[in-house]
Amino acid sequence: MSKLLWQGLLAPLTEPAPLADAEATAALRALGRELGAATRRRLGRSLAIRELDAGSCNGCELEINALSNAFYDLERFGLRFVASPRHADVLLVTGPVTLNMREAMERTWRAMPAPKFVVAAGDCAVGCGLFTASPVCVGAAEKVLPVDLRIPGCPPDPTGLLRGLLSLIEANQ
Amino acid sequence: MTEGVLTALTGAAHTARWPRVAVVAATWEELGDLLAAGTVDLVSLWAEESVVHAALREGTATAILSVNATQGRFPSLGRHHPPALRLERAIQDLTGLVADGIPDGRPWLDHGRWAGGTGTSYEFLPVEGEGLHQIPVGPVHAGIIEPGHFRFTAHGETVVRLEQRLGYTHKGTAGLMRGADVSHAARLAGRVSGDATVAYAFAFALAAEQCAGIAAPARAQWLRILMAELERLANHLGDIGAICNDAAFAILLAHFGALRERVLRASSAAFGHRLMMDAIIPGGVARDIAPDGVAAIEALLATLHHQLPRLVRTYDETNSLQDRTVSTGIVRAAWARQFAAGGFIGRAAGRDFDARRCGAYGGYDELAFDVPVLEAGDVNARVWVRIRELEQSMTLIAQVLQRLRAAPWQPPIPLPAREGEGVALVESFRGDVFLWLRLSPDGRVAACHFRDPSWFQWPLLEAAIENNIVADFPLCNKSFNCAYSGHDG
Ligand code: SF4
Repeated sequence: MSKLLWQGLLAPLTEPAPLADAEATAALRALGRELGAATRRRLGRSLAIRELDAGSCNGCELEINALSNAFYDLERFGLRFVASPRHADVLLVTGPVTLNMREAMERTWRAMPAPKFVVAAGDCAVGCGLFTASPVCVGAAEKVLPVDLRIPGCPPDPTGLLRGLLSLIEANQ
Repeated sequence: MTEGVLTALTGAAHTARWPRVAVVAATWEELGDLLAAGTVDLVSLWAEESVVHAALREGTATAILSVNATQGRFPSLGRHHPPALRLERAIQDLTGLVADGIPDGRPWLDHGRWAGGTGTSYEFLPVEGEGLHQIPVGPVHAGIIEPGHFRFTAHGETVVRLEQRLGYTHKGTAGLMRGADVSHAARLAGRVSGDATVAYAFAFALAAEQCAGIAAPARAQWLRILMAELERLANHLGDIGAICNDAAFAILLAHFGALRERVLRASSAAFGHRLMMDAIIPGGVARDIAPDGVAAIEALLATLHHQLPRLVRTYDETNSLQDRTVSTGIVRAAWARQFAAGGFIGRAAGRDFDARRCGAYGGYDELAFDVPVLEAGDVNARVWVRIRELEQSMTLIAQVLQRLRAAPWQPPIPLPAREGEGVALVESFRGDVFLWLRLSPDGRVAACHFRDPSWFQWPLLEAAIENNIVADFPLCNKSFNCAYSGHDG
């Protein structure tokens, strides 16, 4: 059975790495949130990501989940999703931050140890998207937390997400 | 409409599928008894300003009853029929109307944070007994899933009670639709629940076309069904893999996840977007299938035919998996009936309902397919219904590809600006999405209501988890996969 199980999953599916988004890398560097050498050494090329749905339609979550499938295989880049914010370096936020999720979002961020980054994924988290006029949404993620990187798209596809996240690693090297 | 109490209630035989009839409060009270007796199913319940509407089904007959809320009050149906409760609580939150006699009037979507509020504390139902402890979980969960709160009361390892609290992702979507033009509102409908974006856009388009008195061109109808079935494939594949993963059998997640990715890639090749968002529009579809789209989908079908059987065999023959899924999280047939629970949750517990067959919308009546129904109601039955539905979707897609050959491309039909009401019931992968729409004379949206299948599924999860161990909750939850955003609106 084990042969059957592995068949077709290994080598042929996983695709070559996309390039980091050079513009995003440059923008991140320009942000001036350069890390000290010691921190850089500690983070290395590895980042732990805590995903946070702040009111998304779940479309963004579907594509973020896809990063873990055999085609994209996120973990080979040293990127990994973690359950607890206490283990996370990156808060990956989706959705137009609803009023009902604002506090949970702030508390999740506060639970993360420094240094920490916030990535806004999807048009909603980047700029509130179609929900801009909603009286029950706060709006873009940056209205609540300092955002380091924006990955647009509705939803961003896995390649777009990967390029963004890789630029975060590049910028910290 | 067939003869029945619904016909008697609405007063006369109607030709429309969903006649809407104004009734007096006394009739509304009577309705409560009929719902409680199980004579009539509650399809949805919503309100606009001072009118409350109930969408109902009795066998093949369907109708909407509307009652005026005099001085802001209307008789509670939830008092007689628990499935109405959360919908009534939502009505109270969103409109300020009061459901008279509601046995549980706690806010539901409103967390006390709107209009400058800083949040109110929420009274969970009391649970008393020796040796009980509580486990609060969420709104932020461990995985990459939507937010909601679960309050478990456990006795040792056994769940004695689960109480859900939802509403975290409420975005005011229906409110944003009011006054919007139809194409903008259609985009909003496609973002009620991203995993069912096709189903919602489909439902919105059908309702809008009904308002305007037009029908989409034949080719567009086939393309819509093609997209709806691709969406079903993608979700069923992804979820079956995830369920196996929650039963600690990760290799099937890897396989099913790869198949899901293949569906999304074929969808993208055919329709230019992996989830096919905004591809269905009122009046037709945004564009024709791409020239190489048919080949991409045929290749996908070939891969699925080749790979699915051995994966299904692995699921079926792995004892450690079966040990987790068989007899876990049982939904009783009586609950599924009472809540008129749709989708694989209802069908895995003996409720033989599928809007594609019972509503026969959009061309499904011309296609051959089975509606698999099982009785056991456990995690395993829900998995098997979805496996069988994968097979049915594949045959539907093959039939649609045939039909496309004889249906030439026609651009979408512009909607004439006119007043009207429309109703659609569309079978999403999760179950029937109900959508009601009213357009004003200038063709803009006057009001829209959508009811995700999850409204009648979430409460069954509370019941199904009782007496299961806490560690089996993720597995049960995944086997339901109810929507948060879809529910919260
Ligand atoms: S960006 Fe698009 S896919 Fe993501 S949450 Fe917003 S509406 Fe949904």
